[in-house]
Amino acid sequence: MEDGVKKFLYVNRKAPYGTIYALESLEVVLIGAAFDQDVSLAFLDDGVFQLVKSQDTKEIGVKNFSPTFRALGDYEVTKLFVERESLDERGLTADDLQEIMWEDEDEDYAEKPSIRIVSRAEMADVMADQDVILSF
Amino acid sequence: MATLHTVNKSPFATQALLSCLGHAKAGDTILMIEDGVYGAASGTGLSDALAAMSGNVTLAVLAPDMKARGIDEGRLMDGVKTVDYAGFVELAATTDRTQNWL
Repeated sequence: MEDGVKKFLYVNRKAPYGTIYALESLEVVLIGAAFDQDVSLAFLDDGVFQLVKSQDTKEIGVKNFSPTFRALGDYEVTKLFVERESLDERGLTADDLQEIMWEDEDEDYAEKPSIRIVSRAEMADVMADQDVILSF
Repeated sequence: MATLHTVNKSPFATQALLSCLGHAKAGDTILMIEDGVYGAASGTGLSDALAAMSGNVTLAVLAPDMKARGIDEGRLMDGVKTVDYAGFVELAATTDRTQNWL
């Protein structure tokens, strides 16, 4: 662990528009990104719905914040863990999620996917590897 | 390297407790607080499943929240221990991290 750098995990378990949790989580991630910590995001249970593509909120009068996930790479937030079992239970596959890429400056700005599909057991490992867990 | 998990919603209303049990590791403690304490009672539609999943984690319930809701200690599932507020603080201080299942 680098000096003063802690591993932060933001756990997202709520669907995007029924409550304010999902938007608040994203706001906190963006604010936290200014502190140069080792940040990961976890999406499980209804949280996987946050990443579904083709969201269109025009007719419900709230901001569609899903495009903001694609900006996370610019803040060096490049690890979005998505639980496979949660997708399966909801009839979703990785193809139903929007593509989120980041540019690796160490490899001539090669574009790499930020979303990593993991099993429930792997998600448990990710959680157990953190210094701080923030839940939304 | 153990985690303290807190669950504050009734397991009859949300999946939080089940999801927590699905991600907890051996040696972790799951503390049921607020409406989460309804998950600690024996003889419910979920108690068998919870007991089967709990495996090698420690299940605990916050006594003030349990008493507030009229749940007698004798109604708790086998193996569920009660903690008071000081015990809650002790758990938070002696584990490596806390994860809240909202």
